[in-house]
Amino acid sequence: MIAGFGTALIWAALGGAAWSLLLVVRDKPPGAATLGLLALLELGLLVQAVIGIGKLIGTDQDVSGASFVGYLIGSLLILPAAAFWALAERSRWGTTVLVVGCLVVPVMIVRLNQIWGAAGG
Amino acid sequence: MVDARTRTGPGRLLIAVYAVFALAATARSAVQIVTRFDRAPLAYLLSALAAVVYIVATVALARGSRRVALVACTVELVGVLAVGTASLIAPEAFPDATVWSTFGGGYGFVPLGLPILGLLWLRRTRGGPSLTA
Repeated sequence: MIAGFGTALIWAALGGAAWSLLLVVRDKPPGAATLGLLALLELGLLVQAVIGIGKLIGTDQDVSGASFVGYLIGSLLILPAAAFWALAERSRWGTTVLVVGCLVVPVMIVRLNQIWGAAGG
Repeated sequence: MVDARTRTGPGRLLIAVYAVFALAATARSAVQIVTRFDRAPLAYLLSALAAVVYIVATVALARGSRRVALVACTVELVGVLAVGTASLIAPEAFPDATVWSTFGGGYGFVPLGLPILGLLWLRRTRGGPSLTA
């Protein structure tokens, strides 16, 4: 949808998932660096949501607006919820929640691109 | 009865996955019902049912309401098996997919595995002294 930027977000999220998985394997709790990375990713998703809604308003193509905005807003909920739920139990299993959260983000971005692409743009 | 064991250890991951499906199914069902309910009312009502079941299961597992969680996971398992079978036998009744169509094949069959894991987890954490980490 936003050339390059969405792809960068996908890679960042996959990096976050790999990093979180490494923490699980090494049985380390997520520290400031991990949370900082997630915060940066969340900031990127916020930028994507603002640009995406802007593009939706500006486009004359028949994009499925409800789904599109749903994914944009939904993608903002994932990481804060995952961080909250992960930090409530500082254990290996708690950290696996961060892995799941980071893996859900790329799926949502891919779906966003499909919804945008389905309208031919 | 409230039991914190259902939200600790593997339960924490299970609840996270349940929450993802609660969000996905709710959003999908809301969009379907608001934008094109006439096209496939049965499929969309089943989507809404799935969404409610996921929300109830997520909350019940997180709060440790074992009985509610048990009912939700059971309804979910019956639902995914029934809708999965029906979507294969009578595809014309499902012009648009639900989360449970083809046993959740559109979601990597996670919808089929989730209630089984949920029921196993409830069984594992029932009775006896609290599990330690």
